[in-house]
Amino acid sequence: MNDNRKELTEGMKDSIPIALGYFAVAFSLGIVAGKVGLTPMQGFLSSILNHASAGEYAEFTVIGAGAPYLEMAIVILVTNARYLLMSCALSQKFAPGSPMLHRILTGFGITDEIFGISIARKGYLNPYYSYGAMLLAIPAWAAGTAIGIAAGNILPTAVVSALSVALYGMFLAIIIPPAKEDKVVLGLVIISFLVSFLFGRIPVTAKLSGSTRTILLTVVISAAAAICFPRREDPQNRSI
Amino acid sequence: MTHNIYLYILVAGLVSFLIRVLPLTLIRREIKSTFWKSFLYYVPYVTLAVMTFPAIIEATRIPAAGILALAAGLLAAWYGVSMFQVALLCCAIVFVAEQLLPMLH
Repeated sequence: MNDNRKELTEGMKDSIPIALGYFAVAFSLGIVAGKVGLTPMQGFLSSILNHASAGEYAEFTVIGAGAPYLEMAIVILVTNARYLLMSCALSQKFAPGSPMLHRILTGFGITDEIFGISIARKGYLNPYYSYGAMLLAIPAWAAGTAIGIAAGNILPTAVVSALSVALYGMFLAIIIPPAKEDKVVLGLVIISFLVSFLFGRIPVTAKLSGSTRTILLTVVISAAAAICFPRREDPQNRSI
Repeated sequence: MTHNIYLYILVAGLVSFLIRVLPLTLIRREIKSTFWKSFLYYVPYVTLAVMTFPAIIEATRIPAAGILALAAGLLAAWYGVSMFQVALLCCAIVFVAEQLLPMLH
């Protein structure tokens, strides 16, 4: 029991920098959420349940487009697909016979960063370590979203317009450094930019909602890349 | 057809929950297939790239401001500037560009 408390405290301590970063990212996510009409309460709820930057950004574009609920399900499946992989990996870190509830709660708390620090623990993972990280990081994420939405309604339009590109800046900071290291990723980023731009212009595909285009392009381009450039090494070492 | 925002949030939350929890509770083994590993590795890069462009130039009031922010963000990220600073730089450029560009006309 004492051990669990120690793990919990350690998880909280390790997640302080994560929580600070989350607050800032979620704030700019809140600006996007505010634009499509979410209230701070709705943004808070969304972030408690989802806590995923790309996933929630996509979620808000679906809401903005008024797309069908099924499309929401597919969009989230695609933008959060990497969590499937992390969840599989974490299952290897659990001591045999761990209670189901611990598996469910730890799974719920998976984000790139919480996964990162959890998988890096020595030996079997004590779920209380992940709970500690979740306790700080997820509320910080949710509060950031809610405050971003509230601020978006108060701030002058010039400031909101400026802040609305923050999220894209972060996305660039995530995809560009690996693209510099890996030519395949670089090629993929360039192709994705071009095709995404074209799809928005070609009359047939421009009629599709932004989120439908995201799903289509992600699945097709990633599958093509997986066939043409299969990877041997462990794909878990990165942070998005 | 009108949609309920709470229902949207619930659908999104439910799918996220299942994605995160199902493998951990059911599969309990690592993915071996090279195709799926590679696919899951590439997905985040493609999806983020697709969502960033051309959305970044459509988010600002003046498209040129978005283009400048994109160019600056790409350069800064290429040279390893931290995520937070890249984001701030993009914001600052849009703010300044939207004040200055209209004066050029």
